[in-house]
Amino acid sequence: MLSSSGVVVDEEEEEQEEEQRGLWCSGPFGLTVFVNADKMSSGAVYSHKDPMLKKRDDFEDILEERRTSSDLRYALRCYTPVLYKGVTPCKTSVLKSMVLQSDQLHYVINQVSKESGRAADDVREEASAILEEMAHSLQLSTVRFFAFMLSKVFKTLFRSICVNEEGIQRLQQAIQEHPVVLLPSHRSYMDFLLMSYILYTYDVALPVIAAGMDFMGMKFVGEMLRMSGAFFIRRSFGGDKLYWSVFSEYVKTMLKNGYAPVEFFLEGTRSRTSKSLTPKLGLLNIVMDPFLKGEVFDVNVVPVSISYERILEESLYARELLGVPKPKESTSGLFKARKVLSEDYGSIHVYFGQPVSVRSLAEGRVNRCQFNLVPRHIPRRPSEEIQSFVNDSAYRLVRAQEENMVLKPWVLLASLLLQNHHQNRAAGQKPGMALDELTTQAVWLRDVSRQYGAFLHWPDHTSPSEVVSSGLSLHRALVRVCEGRVQLAVEQGEQGGPGDPRSTVTPEEELLSQAVVVLSCASYRNQMLHVFVRPALLASAIHIASSNQKQEVFNSFSFLRNMFSSEFILCPGATVQDFEEACYLLVKTGVLQVTQQEVLVTERGHRTLAFLTSMLDPFLQGYQVVCRFLCEEDTETLTEKQFIPAVRKFIVNHLLAGRLRYAEVLSSDLQKNALAALQRLGAVRKIKGVEPGTLKVNRVMVNSLEDTLGGKLPTQKSVSARL
Amino acid sequence: MASNSSGGGSSDRQGIAQQRLRIIAGHLRGPVDGDSTILAAECKAQGSNTDVSSEGKTVPRRRQEIMKWNGWGYSDSRFLFNKKGQAEFTGKRYRLSGMIIPGLKDWFEGTFGANLQHKTPPTPLLTNTAVPPATLNEAFVEEVKSTGIPFSHDAEDRVFRAHGHCLHEIFALREGKIGRVPDMVVWPSCHNDVVKIVQLACKHNVCLMPYGGGTSVSSALECPPEETRSIVSLDTSQMNRILWIDEKNLTAHVEAGIVGQDLERLLNESGYCTGHEPDSMEFSSLGGWVATRASGMKKNIYGNIEDLVVHIKMVTPQGVIEKSCQGPRMSTGPDIHHFIMGSEGTLGVVTEVTMKIRPMPEYQKYGSVVFPNFEQGVACLREVAKQRCAPASIRLMDNEQFKFGHALKPQVSSIFTSFLDGLKKFYITKFKGFDPNHLCVATLLFEGNREKVLQHEKQVYDIAAKFGGLAAGEDNGQRGYMLTFVIAYLRDLGMDYYVIGESFETSVPWDRVLDICRNVKARIIRECKDKGVQFPPLSTCRVTQTYDAGACVYFYFAFNYRGLSDPVHVYEQVEHAAREEILANGGSLSHHHGVGKLRKEWMRDTISNVGMGMLKSVKDYVDPNNIFGNRNLL
Repeated sequence: MLSSSGVVVDEEEEEQEEEQRGLWCSGPFGLTVFVNADKMSSGAVYSHKDPMLKKRDDFEDILEERRTSSDLRYALRCYTPVLYKGVTPCKTSVLKSMVLQSDQLHYVINQVSKESGRAADDVREEASAILEEMAHSLQLSTVRFFAFMLSKVFKTLFRSICVNEEGIQRLQQAIQEHPVVLLPSHRSYMDFLLMSYILYTYDVALPVIAAGMDFMGMKFVGEMLRMSGAFFIRRSFGGDKLYWSVFSEYVKTMLKNGYAPVEFFLEGTRSRTSKSLTPKLGLLNIVMDPFLKGEVFDVNVVPVSISYERILEESLYARELLGVPKPKESTSGLFKARKVLSEDYGSIHVYFGQPVSVRSLAEGRVNRCQFNLVPRHIPRRPSEEIQSFVNDSAYRLVRAQEENMVLKPWVLLASLLLQNHHQNRAAGQKPGMALDELTTQAVWLRDVSRQYGAFLHWPDHTSPSEVVSSGLSLHRALVRVCEGRVQLAVEQGEQGGPGDPRSTVTPEEELLSQAVVVLSCASYRNQMLHVFVRPALLASAIHIASSNQKQEVFNSFSFLRNMFSSEFILCPGATVQDFEEACYLLVKTGVLQVTQQEVLVTERGHRTLAFLTSMLDPFLQGYQVVCRFLCEEDTETLTEKQFIPAVRKFIVNHLLAGRLRYAEVLSSDLQKNALAALQRLGAVRKIKGVEPGTLKVNRVMVNSLEDTLGGKLPTQKSVSARL
Repeated sequence: MASNSSGGGSSDRQGIAQQRLRIIAGHLRGPVDGDSTILAAECKAQGSNTDVSSEGKTVPRRRQEIMKWNGWGYSDSRFLFNKKGQAEFTGKRYRLSGMIIPGLKDWFEGTFGANLQHKTPPTPLLTNTAVPPATLNEAFVEEVKSTGIPFSHDAEDRVFRAHGHCLHEIFALREGKIGRVPDMVVWPSCHNDVVKIVQLACKHNVCLMPYGGGTSVSSALECPPEETRSIVSLDTSQMNRILWIDEKNLTAHVEAGIVGQDLERLLNESGYCTGHEPDSMEFSSLGGWVATRASGMKKNIYGNIEDLVVHIKMVTPQGVIEKSCQGPRMSTGPDIHHFIMGSEGTLGVVTEVTMKIRPMPEYQKYGSVVFPNFEQGVACLREVAKQRCAPASIRLMDNEQFKFGHALKPQVSSIFTSFLDGLKKFYITKFKGFDPNHLCVATLLFEGNREKVLQHEKQVYDIAAKFGGLAAGEDNGQRGYMLTFVIAYLRDLGMDYYVIGESFETSVPWDRVLDICRNVKARIIRECKDKGVQFPPLSTCRVTQTYDAGACVYFYFAFNYRGLSDPVHVYEQVEHAAREEILANGGSLSHHHGVGKLRKEWMRDTISNVGMGMLKSVKDYVDPNNIFGNRNLL
C-alpha cells in the first residue's frame, strides 16, 4: 500500500546500483557476510530437480606443483590462514581450561558427584583426565613434517590429487564468517591426513579432527596424529555422562570460538563397500547445538567428497567383508604396508561442496524457543523435533557428499563387467566380454549416467577405447585382458593367500578368493549406486509388481525402499519424493511413461531398465537368501553374534551348489543390513534368551518378505507396504 | 525525553541552567511545601488556573499548531543539511538547537552510502482531499454536542490522530497517502466528560479509540480498516491537570492526559518529581504509559510504571473500575491494575492516576565509561546489576552507536577543546590499546544527595575498572543521553535522503544478552541483503536497562533504500525477521513498546492459549460490543 515504485527505479539508477552492489563485499564494515549467503540458502543439498543443470567447479592438481618445486621449502613456507572473524589461535592449554571451567561441565561434575557420592574435586580430576586423553595438541611443526612426508608419499602413490579450487575459496569465506564443520566422506585411512594436507597447501585454517580411539593403539603414530590436529574419542561411552559432557563441551568450545574448523566423519567409520553409510548423529548433534541455542549466528557445514580412483585398502576391505578379521591398527602393521608404495593408485578427486548453513536448514523446521525455559548449560536430551531435524540434515549432507563424488570411467567398467560376469555364469557362456563390446557399452553407460546426474570424470579429448584401456590397466589386479576379451581376474585364484599352491585349494577357498575380486569390483560399482538407486528401485518395483497400476508400482517401490533403507542412503520419510524423483528421471530419459494411473515401459527403455534391475539384483537375491536362511536353518538359539558366520556358511553352500550366482552376497555388510531391515520390520526380534542377543524369528513374516522380494506376493499384503 | 534537563518545553533556557535551577529548587523545597497541596478544582475549570499548575500546557487541542503532521516532534525543530552541506539542528528548544554538527554528513554518507544529491522530500502539505470523508454517527454527534464537550471532524485533526510513529505510518504521511482515519475527534477535559462519551458511544455503537500523546510505535493508533462503525478518537490531551499532591504519602493525583514534560515540570515547581522519564516523555502521556506498561530511563531509582502507580481510574463500557483505597500493596486476588496496565486502549480510557512522587534529587551527575569491547561492557553491566548498585540510568552502546554518537558531536568552539578531544582519543586507542572498531561506551546518570552520588559513582567505576572500563568523562555521558531524544528527529532527516529506519526493543535474561545482540544484528544484515537492499544497513544495539534477572536491549536499524521499489515492505519484512530472531533467542515480545497491532501475531505463542483465553474473557466481559475497537493486543 505504501509502494513508492516509479519514484525509485529508473534505468539510470539501476545502472548505478550495479556498481554499488560491490559495497556489500567491501563496505565500510567489511561486510563480507553476503558473498555466499545466497549460495548457502539454496545449497546443493536441496535441489535434486535437475542435477544435470548443476554447474560443477573445475579441478586443479595440487601434486603438479609438488613435482616441480622443493618439498622442503613447501613444508617450511609461510603459513598464515585466515581465521573466524580474525580470532587469534589459542593455545591448547587455554582451550582445555575453557572447557574445564565451562558452565556445562561444572553442572555435570556437581551432578555426578551428587549421584555417585564422590567428591567434586575427584570428579573434576576425572574430567580433566578425560580431556587430556581426548584433546588434540595441534602443532604447526608436526603439520610441516607431515606436509613434507606426505608430499613424498603422495607423489609416489598417486598420479594427481585434484581439488576444486572454487570450493576452497568458498570454504575460506565460510571460515571467516561462521564456525565451520568439515564433513569428508570416509573411504580410506588416508582421508584425514589428505584433508589437512590440502588445507595446508591452500593456506586454509587447519581442522581439528575427531578420530576413533583405536588409533591410539599405535603409540607413536597416535601422538603424531594428535599433534597434527586429531582428537580422540572412545568408540562407545553410552551412559558415561561425564565423558559425554567433556567431549561435547570440548567440541563446542572449539567450534563456537572459531579456533579451528571441526572435522569429523558423518559415516562414523570407513565404508568398506564404497557405499555411503547411514550417518551417525552424535557429533552432528553436538555441532548443531550452538546454533540451535543461539550461541552462534550460524554454523556452516561443508560436505567434502573424496574419491579415489583406486582405494589403497581395496582388497583389505574385501577380505574383511568376507570374514577375515580386521587387523588391529599397529605401527608395525603400517610399515608392512610399504609394499603398497610401489603401486599406482591413480588419482584422487577432492570436491569441497557448497557450505550448508545450519540456519537455513533449520528455517521453518526447528522452533528455537524450546531452549528458552531451561538454562542452556544444563544438558538435556534433544527433543524429537531436533532429533528428526538432525537426522534429516545428516541424510541431506551424506547425499551432498555422494553427489559430488567423482566417478572414474573404471566405475562404469566395473559395473558392466560384474553384470556380464554374472550373466555369463548363469548362461554358462565363455567368460568375459570383447573389448570393443565393453567400450561400446561403456560409452552407452557414460551417456546414461550423465543423464542421471553422475559427476563423471570421463576425459573428453581421449578416444573411448583409450579411456577404457587406461581404466583397465590401472586395475589390472582385478581384470584380465586376453585375446581381446576382458574378464574379472577370478580364474587364476591369485588373490588367495600368498604362495598358496593351487593344487591344495579347496572349492570353498577358491570361492572366497574369487569373491575377493568380485567384492573389490562391486565396491567400485557401488560408487555409482547413489546415481541410480532411486530409478533402480523403481525399475525393480515395476519388475516385482503384479501390474502396471501406478498404485501397485508405488507399493512395491515403497516396500523395496523400506527394505533397503539400511543398505542405501534413503532419507527417512521421503518415500513419495523418492518415487517422484525416480519417475521424473526415468520419464525424462524416455524409459517410462507415467500417466495418472499407469507406469509403462517404453520400447527403447528396456535396455536401461534391464541395466537398472540387474544393478539391484544382487541385493534382492542377497536379502532373499538371508530370509531363506532364517526360515530354513535351525534358528532357535541363534544369537546376533553367531548370525554372520552361520549365514555365511549357508551362502557358501548355496553358491557352491550353484543355487545362487552372486558371490557378493557373501559380504557381511549386506548380511548385517538385511538383518537390520528384518529387525526394523519386526520380522526378527532380539530377545533376552539364554544368551544375550538371541534372535527370535517370525518365520511366517520372513517367508512372506522373501516371497515379496521375489515378486511372488503382491506388495499390498506384505508387512510394510503402506502409502 | 532522556535529558529532560535540556528539553525545556516552551522554555528556551539552556539545559545546564535549567538543571541548576532544579537543584536550587530542590534546596528551597521547604518553603514551597505549604502552598503546593492545593486540591484540584472541579471539572471544566481550565481557564481559572486553580489546579496545581501555574504555566500553560504544552499540548494544545490543535496539535498542528506546534507539531509536525508527518514527522517527529515540534515543527520548529528539525535536522537539515545546510547549503554548505553541514548538518544543523533548527529551533531553540534543545541544547543542540542552532548548532552545526560537522561530523554527521560524513557519517551519514559513509554509513548508508547515501548522497546529499539524492533527496526524497516529503509532500509539503496535507491535502484535505486525500483524507477520506468522515462517516459520522449523527445521533452520537448530536448528543455529544449537547454535552458541550469540544469535538471536531476537521481533516487535519483526524489525520493527526490516525497514526503513531512507526516507520510505515510516517512514510505514508510523507508520501501524502492516508488510509482509514478517525471520523471525529473529541476532547474531554475531565473524568466525567469521559464517562459521558463512553456512555454515548455504547448507546450509539460507536467505536472509540483513546489517544494520548500519539507516540505509539506498535501500530496501536492505526484504525482497523475493517471497522465499519464511526470511529471516534478520544483525545485525552486536555485532561492534563495535577489534581492534588499528597506530601504525607508522597503521591500525586493526576489526570491521565498530561504529557511527561508537563508532569515533571509542574511537580518540579513543588519540589517533586515522578522520576518516570521514558524517551518519549516530551509528548507521551500518563494514560499512555499506563495503557502500554511503559518504562522510564531512571527506573533503577523510581521504578517502571507498574511500580509507580498507586491507584488508577478507568472508564469502561461496563462502568468505572478503580480500587477503594490507596494501600501500598494488597492481597485481594489478581491485581486489577494489571488488567488495565498494558490493555492498550482495548478495555477503556484511563482518566486519573495516583502516582508516587519523590523529592527532586539534590544532585545529578552524568558519566561515561569506555570498554575495550561490547562483551566486557555487558559483563560489567551484569556485575553492576548483581551488586544491585545500578545508577539511575546505565546504558551500554555498541561500537556502531559509539561511532554514531561521535558523529553527533556539535562543533567545538575552542581549539583547546578539540586538542583535549584529540588527546583523549590518543590515550584510549594508542596508550590503552583499545581498538576503535571494537570499543564501546556506557553512559551513566547518578542521582541523589551529593555525597551518596559521589560514593555511588566510585563504586560503579571500580566495578567498571575490573572489566577494563575507563572513565570517559561527564560530557560523553550527557551527549549519550541527548542521542536518545534527537534520534527521532534524525529519522526524519534520513527520510529526506532515502534512508529509513526504526528502533525496537526486547528484554532478555542476562546469559542471552550477548547472543541476542549478535544474532539479531547479523539477522538484520542478512535479511537486508536477501531482500535486495543495496548497501549494508546500520544494525546496532544497546543495553538500556538492567534488572536482577536480565536486561532491556534496544536495536536500531536503518538502511538506504535506493533501488527498492517497495522500501516499506522490505523494511517490514526485515523487522519481522528480526523479531522472530529475538524470540528464537529467548527475548520477549516487548519490554515497553507494547504489542499494538504490529506484534499481535506473536501473542499466542508468547502467553499461551490459556493466557489468550484469560485476556479475551476479560475483554468480552468489560467490552462485549467492542466499543474500544482499536483491535490492539489480542
